Amino acid sequence: MTHCVQTVAAALAGAVLLAGAAAAQAPERSWAEIEEAARGQTVHFHAWAGDTKINDYIAWAGAQLRERHGVALEHVKVSDVGEAVTLVLAEKSAGRTEGGRADLLWINGENFAAMKEAGLLYGPWAGRLPSFVHVDTEGKPTTLVDFTVPTDGLEAPWGMAQLTFYYDGAVLDEPPRTIRDLGAWAAANPGRFTYPAPPDFTGTTFLKQALVELTPDPAVLAGPVPDEAGFEAATAPLWRFLDALHPHLWRGGASFPANYAALRQLVDDGETAIAFAFNPAEASSAIERGLLPDTVRSFVLDGGTIGNTHFLAIPFNAGAKEGAMVAAEFLLSPEAQARKADPEVWGDPTVLAPSKLPPEDRQRFASIPRGPALLGPEELGRVLPEPHPSWTTRLEAAWLDRYSR
Amino acid sequence: MTRAALAARAAGPDAARPARPRSLAWVPALTLGLFLGPIAVGLVGTLLPAFGLLPALGATVPTLQPWRDLAAAPGFATAVRLSAATGLASTLLALAVALSVAACWHGTRWFQALRGLLAPLLAVPHAAFAVGFAFLVAPSGWIARLASPWATGWERPPDLLLVNDPWGLALTLALAAKEVPFLLMMVIAALGQVRADQALTSARCMGYGPVAAWLKTVLPLVWPQIRLPVYAVLAFSLSVVDMALVLGPGTPPTLAVLILRWFNDPDLSLRFQAAAAASVQVALVAAAIGLFRTAEMAVGRLLRGWVVSGRRGGPATGLRVAALAGFGAVAAAAGGALAVLAVWSVAARWRFPDALPADWNLDRWTDALPGLAGPIANTVAAAALSTGIALALVLGCLEHEQRSGRGRPTSRGLWLLYAPLLVPQIGFLFGVQVLLVLVGLDGTWPALVWSHLLFVLPYVFLALADPYRALDERYARSARCMGASPGRVFRTITLPLLARPIAVAAAVGMSVSVAQYLPTVFAGAGRLPTVTTEAVALAGGGDRRALAVVAFVQMLLPLLGFAAALAAGRRR
Repeated sequence: MTHCVQTVAAALAGAVLLAGAAAAQAPERSWAEIEEAARGQTVHFHAWAGDTKINDYIAWAGAQLRERHGVALEHVKVSDVGEAVTLVLAEKSAGRTEGGRADLLWINGENFAAMKEAGLLYGPWAGRLPSFVHVDTEGKPTTLVDFTVPTDGLEAPWGMAQLTFYYDGAVLDEPPRTIRDLGAWAAANPGRFTYPAPPDFTGTTFLKQALVELTPDPAVLAGPVPDEAGFEAATAPLWRFLDALHPHLWRGGASFPANYAALRQLVDDGETAIAFAFNPAEASSAIERGLLPDTVRSFVLDGGTIGNTHFLAIPFNAGAKEGAMVAAEFLLSPEAQARKADPEVWGDPTVLAPSKLPPEDRQRFASIPRGPALLGPEELGRVLPEPHPSWTTRLEAAWLDRYSR
Repeated sequence: MTRAALAARAAGPDAARPARPRSLAWVPALTLGLFLGPIAVGLVGTLLPAFGLLPALGATVPTLQPWRDLAAAPGFATAVRLSAATGLASTLLALAVALSVAACWHGTRWFQALRGLLAPLLAVPHAAFAVGFAFLVAPSGWIARLASPWATGWERPPDLLLVNDPWGLALTLALAAKEVPFLLMMVIAALGQVRADQALTSARCMGYGPVAAWLKTVLPLVWPQIRLPVYAVLAFSLSVVDMALVLGPGTPPTLAVLILRWFNDPDLSLRFQAAAAASVQVALVAAAIGLFRTAEMAVGRLLRGWVVSGRRGGPATGLRVAALAGFGAVAAAAGGALAVLAVWSVAARWRFPDALPADWNLDRWTDALPGLAGPIANTVAAAALSTGIALALVLGCLEHEQRSGRGRPTSRGLWLLYAPLLVPQIGFLFGVQVLLVLVGLDGTWPALVWSHLLFVLPYVFLALADPYRALDERYARSARCMGASPGRVFRTITLPLLARPIAVAAAVGMSVSVAQYLPTVFAGAGRLPTVTTEAVALAGGGDRRALAVVAFVQMLLPLLGFAAALAAGRRR
């Protein structure tokens, strides 16, 4: 493995240099010129498609883009954005450096880190979007740092996420407020809690949340995994916790739901009573759409929960780079961001700072209806930073090694 | 030898005949070339990274490291065991049901009725069937809902591992149920070729019981004919992806799913280990086929004593009932799957343990249909194009075979035709994807249609070859004596006489095309979504109602194809 990684890394270093050189030489065009070039382009947007409300939102954005900018947005529905990474890699294998099949990717975390390192991304371009000035880079630092990796303008922020739990109020009165209490609750209520199997991103986030709470020194998580002994020391309490938890999980821990949507289905079927999602509006939005009973309420843990930002990126060889930038600009606009934040539509929190906006745009955000299970900004509590992506990779591998043998 | 002599020898017996105006000799060559070349290149393109060669990642030095990584990869050994167990068990189960139905009920009125059911059952796509099957048998599924709480006392779904179980039982049962109709159809096709009725009548006259008579006289004749279809089922079951994603375990999953996961992992270095695992998948299928072949010979030797023992066997009532129950379960699973998908697609709110939804509406349909129009059009176009080309090629091959007076293709020819069905898809599709990118065809219609054609053509050939060869050649001879050209004979005699089998073959081809998942993902590069890729994308969880709409549409399309084929065949 090490050998492969070294070979890969050496090749990638070269690729990154080349990409940087190419970007430096590109003549700077005005935004109006980019919009002009985008007209008539078809943008293939590779985005996870496991949730109909998200698909519907993307379809709406596509209709607006076609009407206003003459850009056709095609949602390429993937079950894992890794499929798009595979595609870009296959194109690179074949030497296709332009006219690539993917134009825009919905991405973050380790996918971004891997593509950035492999020189598979176009840019920097995010700072050139006119709406970028409204991004809340001070209040939401994760809009510039993706899982501790600087975005360097290679991806534009699209939405915010914060791990948010929910429970069925018809089943229990008061939910547990720490990871340890959750473990005790699960032991007292066998079969009523579970989490998605990592490497699903929601499942991995649960691992990271538990790690942040249980690890002796959370500060080490901000940097790369130190070494084998350091990883052991930092994660030992997590594995002890999970070893004790698993026998009490749904299906005795012998089977795990595939993702947050499957996790939500379990609550709706009455199989489990506590679940979580990365989107704070998930529970409210699901009640709205008849996917959860209206007795469900949201909550967060006392010490805060992990939050991050999800982004839009353009592959190095995208065939419609201008169209992709125009699409990203529209998706970042106050109008599109406010619509996305509406729980009846999607409920994905904005990356913009409403205080930076002109009054009429600020009003769009103020008038968003709040569902019964939606927590306000104060109730959401402290946002914990994502650990360095190397922790994600190592945690997933270690989890698979222990529980997916 | 002179060049002329070589040419004469190569031309074979045809050389002596007068030259025909338009030879069809190129059709079989083109047909095989279309397949085998790209598959071979795809296999190489997939296997090279297994030895550390993937220039895009700068890996140009051969190494065995991917194999060491693979050996150490968590869950790898379990995944291989799981694939082997589910693949072999489901094939044996499907074979047992198909053969016992044929043995017990051949020649009865029941058998005729059941033949009518085969075509629609065969048309059910794997992904939709898996989704419907899960909606039926899961602890929160329809069966539990219908029986709760009055019979079971369950107010909420029982904590039972019924789907996604670590042993792959749900996957095994669903795979077996999906393959019984295909195997039975192959057995019936074989029965027509081997004069089964005569053998059966003789044995019955000698006092053999109906089942014993079939097993002793007909099975030995039928088996060589169905051997390749059985291997195709085995290869498919060992490497299926869409059904395993829905019904199989996840920690770890089956080998094919694990490979796909690695291919799609953000850690690009996993590509090497994925390629090594893909080679293991190819080897696993080869080993399983070898094992089956060996077992066949052993069983054949063991049973020889029983066959010649002269024991007559009784009426075998128990087996007859069991066989019918087995087939009934298959038909009920497919019918139930379609029904539960239909109900979920119009449910507004359907909580456990309600037997039926509390509220109904068409919202999911009105929400989904605008977005589904494109995928439906793609599905229909890919199915029509690949089936049309397959029909043209197969008819060309068969017509050439008849005109040139050659006999049936040798068994080697059949193996070649079956190659796309015997090599696991995951083993060559990554390489094919790179190849398509190299020639600039990825994500284009030609690539998608070709990738479907790989799997459509063998089935169209299977469906059409026997009716074609069974055609009484005296019609054609009479027409030729009256001066009709071969082309005219083909147009005015052969095609009209074969209208019905051609219509059925077209329906089979379209249903195979509709069901394709991995080829669509790889060749379509995500740009040509079909209802199948939509269904699998939604199957990960989410909204059962939205998933039900897509899966129902996926199930309906091939059924409509069959209905249209039957109507067309009848009108002629």
